[in-house]
Amino acid sequence: MTGLLRRVAPQLLTLLAVLVLVTIFFPGFLSVGVSGDRLVGSPIDVLKRGAPVALLAIGMTLVIATRGIDLSVGAVMAICGASAALAIDQGWGLGAAIPLALAAGLLCGLWNGFLVAVLGIQPIVATLILMVAGRGIAQLITEGQILTFSDPGLAFLGSGTVLGLPAPAWLWIGAGIVAGLVVRRTALGLLIESVGVNLRASRLAGVNSTVLLLTVYMISGLCAALAGLIVTGDIRGADANNAGLWLELDAILAVAIGGTSLLGGRFSILASLIGAMVIQSINTGILLAGFPPEFNLVIKAALVLLILMLQSPRLGDLAAGMSLRRRRADEAAAAPRVLPEVRQ
Amino acid sequence: MNVRRLPLYATIAIFLVAYLLCWLQFPNILSTRVVGNLLTDNAYLGIAAVGMTVVILSGGIDLSVGSVIAFAGVFIAVLLRDTGLHPLPVFALLLGLTTAFGAAQGALIHALAMPAFIVTLAGMFLARGVAYLLTLDSVPIDHPFFETLQKAYWLMPGKGRLTLLGVLMLLCVAGGMLLAHRTRFGTNVFAIGGGQGTARMMGVPIGRTTVLIYAFSGFMAGLAGIAFAIYTAAGYPLATVGVELNAIAAVVIGGTLLSGGSGTVLGTLFGVLTMGLIQTYIVFDGTLSSWWTKIVIGLLLFLFIVLQKGLLRIGQLQRTA
Repeated sequence: MTGLLRRVAPQLLTLLAVLVLVTIFFPGFLSVGVSGDRLVGSPIDVLKRGAPVALLAIGMTLVIATRGIDLSVGAVMAICGASAALAIDQGWGLGAAIPLALAAGLLCGLWNGFLVAVLGIQPIVATLILMVAGRGIAQLITEGQILTFSDPGLAFLGSGTVLGLPAPAWLWIGAGIVAGLVVRRTALGLLIESVGVNLRASRLAGVNSTVLLLTVYMISGLCAALAGLIVTGDIRGADANNAGLWLELDAILAVAIGGTSLLGGRFSILASLIGAMVIQSINTGILLAGFPPEFNLVIKAALVLLILMLQSPRLGDLAAGMSLRRRRADEAAAAPRVLPEVRQ
Repeated sequence: MNVRRLPLYATIAIFLVAYLLCWLQFPNILSTRVVGNLLTDNAYLGIAAVGMTVVILSGGIDLSVGSVIAFAGVFIAVLLRDTGLHPLPVFALLLGLTTAFGAAQGALIHALAMPAFIVTLAGMFLARGVAYLLTLDSVPIDHPFFETLQKAYWLMPGKGRLTLLGVLMLLCVAGGMLLAHRTRFGTNVFAIGGGQGTARMMGVPIGRTTVLIYAFSGFMAGLAGIAFAIYTAAGYPLATVGVELNAIAAVVIGGTLLSGGSGTVLGTLFGVLTMGLIQTYIVFDGTLSSWWTKIVIGLLLFLFIVLQKGLLRIGQLQRTA
């Protein structure tokens, strides 16, 4: 438990810093009230609005941990939202709409995974294909229009309330807990990390990397499908052009803030989720603090750069190099010529 | 026959076959008017794609291109509206800015040893954010010099117009070809794309070359922004969203390996033209919807990536045999 806390401490501190900063500019930011049977207030709003990015970040964390990246999640959101809206529009009911959307997400993930794991294409290129073509496919499904519907069930997913909290918040928190338990209470998380650290070595060690990669991309597709359902339910319509537009970048950013290296390996879903909340707090905070929203991107860019500098392997090397050099010098002074020279 | 050249031949062959198929259905498509428009309409994309080709040849990627083009348009429009400057010094100022911006990205990529993807992602946010800060509206450009630039064309036989923008793009492609295939800098780019470790051992100045690569991409993005501003006669901060993806797609369809180290600038021109041809065909057909463009481009991307993968396999087999 303390290990986990230590792992997410930087992210929690970042979130705290952002919250404090926003509260300075907008003192009422942290207040939560009760209106009828639901909680209201900016923190609840952050939990709700941050749901799509948080969901995407769960899948993206796993993909990035395998040294991959999934650029297509935004387009997959549009495809899944369009499928659900189409099912409702055709009168198939909610019982068909949600499975259809989830199946579409899984199928998209399977396609990405097939390109990466079976054909061996670089992830960034492989998922670029669906990123470009995906919006076209979504438009094909909606026939270029914004498919609107008035089904209360699907709308509930986007704007309903359960036990005082918005339904989207329950969805991402639930998905995060399930994913976290599955990867950490089984060996799955370890295997994913091993594939990310060294694909060849883990393959030689008997890890079925093909199935693992397929699974990871399918999870990412599934998360995108859930996010697509939320966005579609929220506006009661499937907008093939704008649903999930550029959210893949926010999701990658959330993972980066979460401290998972883009070069694969160790990951933390909890940290990524906190990262998603940091991004949403910034978005909401900039609006509430009265800054014009055009500052949003500049602030985001500055934030990304700052995180990059802190995460940079060079910076780590520099610090490690200094202590190593000092140790080498000490060792050389104490016992010259015992350093092992043979290194391959 | 050189296996490495196959993607280029495949690109040109696909373009010619596609054009032939279009011509069989709509004979009018083979006129200098259509060809002239094809060059003019895709000029800004082609110019940006030349910069992107060099970046991708080095094994990197530049996601900031679309935002830089939008920034360029807004910068020109706002400066011409608010000051009495002539467009030419504004162009020079802009190119200096975008080149410095690109160089800064390259320096960060090298200094921090971070993936180009994430550094240029930050650059993408920054450039678009600064464009928003300048203005949120679409600012029209009504300088007389712009009209001269817009109306500058050479009437080809068949009444097609070879506009200044089209010529600018072709010149950029020619310049890019010289730079990538005939200079020491180009050789260094290919060496880095082939493998940074090996390149360093061969004595390639990695840091300087990386900075120059992204500076070149920034310069080309600025030039593409000027072309786009002339083309639309306006600056709009929300314009050219996602152009970097089109540029990357054009480079890949043009036969350049996305992992770097292999490809041609000439192929990129045909990649851009193929994408333009798809749009032209949809316009000629009239019943097809615009989203087919995206789907067909996605399919072409897939085709080329699988083709390259196959060629790499063949190359490896030949080496081991």
